[in-house]
Amino acid sequence: MKSVILKTATRLMIGLMLIFAVYVFLRGHHEPGGGFSAALLAGTAFSLLAITKGADHVRKAIRIRPSFMALSGLALAAGAGLPALFFGKPFLTGIWWQTELFSAGTPLIFDSGVFLAVLGAILSILLALEEN
Amino acid sequence: MLLKPPETEAVPDCCRGGLYSCLLPFGLFGLLCLAWPRVAGGAVFTAQWAWVPSLDLNLAFRLDGLSLLFGLIITMTGFFVTIYASSYMAGHPHNGRFFVFLHAFMTAMLGIVFADNLLLMFICWEATTVLSFLLIGFDHEKAEARENARQALLVTGAGGLFLLMGILLVKSAGFPMTLSLLGDSRDLIQTHALYPAVFICFLVGAMTKSGQVPFHFWLPNAMSAPTPISAFLHAATMVKAGIYLLMRLHPVLGGTTLWMSTLVLVGGTTALWGAVQALGPCDLKRILAYTTLMALGVLTLFLGGRTVMSLTAATTFLMVHALYKAALFLAVGSIDHQTGTRDLNLLGGLMTRMPLTTLAVAGATLSMAGFPLFFGFIGKEIMYAGALAEEIWPLFATGITLSANALMTAVAAIILITPFFGPLPAHLKHTWETPWTMRIGPAFMGLLGIVFGIMPEWVSKHLIQPAVFAFHPDREEIRLFLFHGINLPLLLSVVTLTSGAVIYWQKTRLRRGIGAATEKLWVTTPGLYQSGLTRFLGTAAAVTRILQNGSLSIYLSVIVLTLVLLTGSVWLPHAADIVTVPAVTGPYIAVGLFVFVLGAAAVVVTARHRLAAIGGLGGVGGGVALIFLVFGAPDIALTQLLVETLTLIFVSLILLRLPPMEPIINPGTPSRMRTLRNAILSAGAGLVVFTLISGVVGHPLDRGQTTFFETHSYLSAHGRNIVNVILVDFRSLDTLGEICVIVLAAWAGVHLIRRPFGQKRAP
Repeated sequence: MKSVILKTATRLMIGLMLIFAVYVFLRGHHEPGGGFSAALLAGTAFSLLAITKGADHVRKAIRIRPSFMALSGLALAAGAGLPALFFGKPFLTGIWWQTELFSAGTPLIFDSGVFLAVLGAILSILLALEEN
Repeated sequence: MLLKPPETEAVPDCCRGGLYSCLLPFGLFGLLCLAWPRVAGGAVFTAQWAWVPSLDLNLAFRLDGLSLLFGLIITMTGFFVTIYASSYMAGHPHNGRFFVFLHAFMTAMLGIVFADNLLLMFICWEATTVLSFLLIGFDHEKAEARENARQALLVTGAGGLFLLMGILLVKSAGFPMTLSLLGDSRDLIQTHALYPAVFICFLVGAMTKSGQVPFHFWLPNAMSAPTPISAFLHAATMVKAGIYLLMRLHPVLGGTTLWMSTLVLVGGTTALWGAVQALGPCDLKRILAYTTLMALGVLTLFLGGRTVMSLTAATTFLMVHALYKAALFLAVGSIDHQTGTRDLNLLGGLMTRMPLTTLAVAGATLSMAGFPLFFGFIGKEIMYAGALAEEIWPLFATGITLSANALMTAVAAIILITPFFGPLPAHLKHTWETPWTMRIGPAFMGLLGIVFGIMPEWVSKHLIQPAVFAFHPDREEIRLFLFHGINLPLLLSVVTLTSGAVIYWQKTRLRRGIGAATEKLWVTTPGLYQSGLTRFLGTAAAVTRILQNGSLSIYLSVIVLTLVLLTGSVWLPHAADIVTVPAVTGPYIAVGLFVFVLGAAAVVVTARHRLAAIGGLGGVGGGVALIFLVFGAPDIALTQLLVETLTLIFVSLILLRLPPMEPIINPGTPSRMRTLRNAILSAGAGLVVFTLISGVVGHPLDRGQTTFFETHSYLSAHGRNIVNVILVDFRSLDTLGEICVIVLAAWAGVHLIRRPFGQKRAP
């Protein structure tokens, strides 16, 4: 697309949108947000990039193939369920690591898996549409 | 680096990888041999691991005399078939795939005979069905092979469903799923009201798998598999699974009048049909396929009995048949491989060219015909003794056995004499013996027929008797001897050989007569199968043409219409009582948003250009998201807003590339009619959904769930956002399923968007 306004805006917006996606991802546990919303946001950002600069640009930017991203997301999400098995708990039970400052656990890994799977799905359709 | 010499481009005479893979069956055979002495002494090995305990599905295995006999036959045949196939399949582009299928098939078959859990056995049973489909259709570029593979799959697959039904009936009647425990409740099962249904289901399963009339027709057609597979399938696996099932269930379901009469009748018909049909064809492989039908029929016939004598006859003949059938199939494969034909009219005089193969075939056919000193003779003696000992219709059983055996003798003579004796035709002058890999199997198994025939006492003590004891409660000893003295079975053997010779002498006349009689049959099961399949496919095609015609507008109309009719017809009669239009109490900004959404929807419907319609859609989505926000659901609002944005981008990417709206909107129906129809559909869908939602809202909300999550969210899952904690922690398995769906949908979408290979985009 040849619109100068859209091109210039995209250049400024895309970084902000991706940072915002990370923010939305991380705040998800206490406030509205999470892996799914973050993936949608990041997907929108890459769609803008694809519309203004073309699919090749997106491929270069994400470096890995979207299908690989989606599948590794699935693997990550499924893998997040495994640690529970070592503690004799049902598959996908949250295992937490707590310190005085913060607590982190397998749901974070699971949510990253959701993020990658959804973003990979969006990107693969987007690129297929753009390239056809 | 050395250059490849040009000679290596010729077809190699051996596939090394395939040859080495014979270590798998060999190792399994060796392991079974280690357990053999103790099992023959009456010991039983069991092993069990939990798999899905809630379904009574356990990885339970059991090695007793019967499983041992089957296991030895399967692994030994598997070993020789693998060695044989390493030469037979050499140079085939897919021979790696071939050996994987072959060994998977063997493993599945071993699973059937070692499983001690009915459901586990069913899973292995289905695995053999699927793998036999892949193997029969292995030469998938031939239409005939594909057709035959599909036939085998449909027939045996349908039988498999019956087997599953039978197993579930047993389960629903409250009996255990463990096979070895079922025998204890034999009397309860046989007097249970469901017994006839259970019996029929198991019987149909066994009949389809073991090619009993009227489900026999897939078996002769299954010979479009590569010959090593035919040998394996006919001698040791697949068709023997049904026989194994009948043997295994004999102590549970067997011995009733229903069991005995049905099995004797079905088995007798199959035996006679197979034996008569075996005289007809000129294709060696097809002849062998019909003799398998005869053997399976005889086995079923003897399993209909309940005396130790009948069951010993079945078990002995099982071994006799496995040995000679594997040897014969492999030898016929060698003939085909070396001469390029299996037609009896084109073959002759091969004795001088393929001496070892001739010897192997001689051993196998003499055993098949039941000559003295061969294992088949022992088998025939005990068969007559067993037939006379049947409790139901012993004369019928004896008559069938006698005629089938006489016909088999004649067929054995045809198989031995026609291709190997007589003058050598000119086109076979350059035929030579096969490589050692293709000789060792037939030769060894032909030889075993003589060895077992000379020492029947040893075989009966170490193999047959332990097997019979495993499925018959009475430990009555029946020993096989070389010579039982002059008695009725011996007399019947003499009659068999004599009438076999007469049939061989009259074979041309008989062949013509059988051909004419078969053509006159006005209804046959293969015919029924064919017409049924044609009609089924025709109906499927008609339904597809109506429902899947490629018009998105029709698809959507069908979906919406289904929603309106199904939900509406159930729900709307009650709606009037329950639905109350709630009073507007919320913030007045919601009213404004509602008007905005309505306006945006009006824009979508009336727009004349795509861009305006897309804008309207965005307005609807955004407005709904804002309504969610106003009513305190920020998570949904956020997600809705993001989804709307992304959908808008995607929709614009697609819609803006399509041709303008006007020409495509009314190719057939007048535009006004179409608009009216869509308007009615939309209004109906809106009404149904609206009344549904207001009905739900009218109910008092159950806050039990909410309270649980409110109290446990932070304490157990360390999160304050309940929605997200549910998504990634409490119900994360659901989420895992959902992202799988998303990835799958994307994958399907990508392949729909991308142009298929070699196909140009429609103009």
